[in-house]
Amino acid sequence: MAKPKIVKFQFPECLEEMPLGPSAVAGILTEPNSGWRVQRPVLDHSKCSKCLLCWVLCPEGVIDKSKGELEIDMNYCKGCGLCAHECPKEAIQMVREGQDEQ
Amino acid sequence: MNNKSKSGHLDFLNGDEAVAYAARLCRPHVIAVYPITPQTIVVEKISEFVANNEMTCEYIHVESEHSAMCAAMGASLVGARAFTATSSQGLAYMHEMLHYVSGSRFPIVMMNANRTLAAPWNIFGDQRDSLSQRDTGWIQAYVENGQEALDMIIQAYALAEDDRVYTPVMVNLDGFVNTHTFELVDIPTQEEVDAFLPPFKSKNAVDFHHPRSFCMTASTEWNMEFRYQQQEAMDRARGVIAEVDKRFGDHFGRYYGGMVEEIQCEDAEVVLVGMGSVVGTSRIVVDRLREKGLKVGLVKLRFYRPFPREYFKGLSGRVKAMGVIDRDISFGYEGAVASDIKSALASAGVVPKVINFIAGIAGRDITKEHIEGMYDRLFNFTQGKDEKELQFIGLRW
Repeated sequence: MAKPKIVKFQFPECLEEMPLGPSAVAGILTEPNSGWRVQRPVLDHSKCSKCLLCWVLCPEGVIDKSKGELEIDMNYCKGCGLCAHECPKEAIQMVREGQDEQ
Repeated sequence: MNNKSKSGHLDFLNGDEAVAYAARLCRPHVIAVYPITPQTIVVEKISEFVANNEMTCEYIHVESEHSAMCAAMGASLVGARAFTATSSQGLAYMHEMLHYVSGSRFPIVMMNANRTLAAPWNIFGDQRDSLSQRDTGWIQAYVENGQEALDMIIQAYALAEDDRVYTPVMVNLDGFVNTHTFELVDIPTQEEVDAFLPPFKSKNAVDFHHPRSFCMTASTEWNMEFRYQQQEAMDRARGVIAEVDKRFGDHFGRYYGGMVEEIQCEDAEVVLVGMGSVVGTSRIVVDRLREKGLKVGLVKLRFYRPFPREYFKGLSGRVKAMGVIDRDISFGYEGAVASDIKSALASAGVVPKVINFIAGIAGRDITKEHIEGMYDRLFNFTQGKDEKELQFIGLRW
């Protein structure tokens, strides 16, 4: 996945470390991009037929097929539930954040 | 002032044309301007340079002054040297972007033709436009004539782009009196200017290999530190202004005194303080009065921000009364320049009496007779006679 990984932002520790005007290195992610997600998709690999319909349809492109078994990048998944809705094998369940998986 | 030309050539130019020549000599990559009286000749002259292949730059005809400053800022963001020019309503319309540029620390240079603000509508000169932009974080310089305008634009880039400063500079010319008055101006050669002003190497630019976010939010926890940096840069600029003036003088043979120029102040009992073209008229009056044996002096305030606080503290013990000519007024109080001078004097031991003269509003002439009258009133003050602290000069009734 080409999406930026979360890196720790180095805050200035003295005036000399402050940037010249309000600017900072771009293209980095300092915290999960999906903190506001209400429901998360949980994939049951035993039901998955690897049809890749979810991989095609995911609007955020957060489903990774490069490692054989599909993986969902939870740092970027916004929890829309489209994958769960479209999965022909019903292998994906949407689980409310904060609740345990079944 | 020791103004002897070293080389270059003389031409008969008005102030706007002098600014255009100066801009050309500074080799800006991008010029984004919108025409407005009395700055228009700058736009026309640069346009002519570009059309005649006498100047290579990206010349952007924008749809407004707000856009002009936005375009200049975008240029500076990618490391280009940027120039713009405006006046009055145009400067007011730019107001939002003036803060953006100074806060982002882009060393843009702008010429402003001082013209009054509507309403009532009027195209003639006073300094209400730039003085009302006091707190936008720009360095503000005021020039007396076309030669100083040309020299100051070149110095402005050296000042703005100095590592210790990185703050935009506004060079102010009095509308019409400076912008449209022709005089002999010494135009330095390109080689001389190149030797004085190296190409701009931005410390603050983005490129494809070093992507950066700009003008981002700085939260409450971090915002104040950016402001503190701006204040520190302005404080450092005082020293840099003096250095640049010296270096410019060494290169071109013209020295201006840095933040202020003193004219016959050594033994003066009363002094007038002025900015811009009024200084030229006042010089003549000072000479006249000195011939009569009157101990009068004149202070030419060249920079309004940063403000030469320490200079005025030092001057306070040397004179009995001080007059401040303001071509502006902060309604409900007094002239902006007078307020700042009084504020500097307040922390000095001995405080002279100060009269604030409001004059030259919307292009009304400030005559030699007016200036003589100001000195008369200052002498009245020193002799214990009652004088109002705030006086309008040249008022019809």
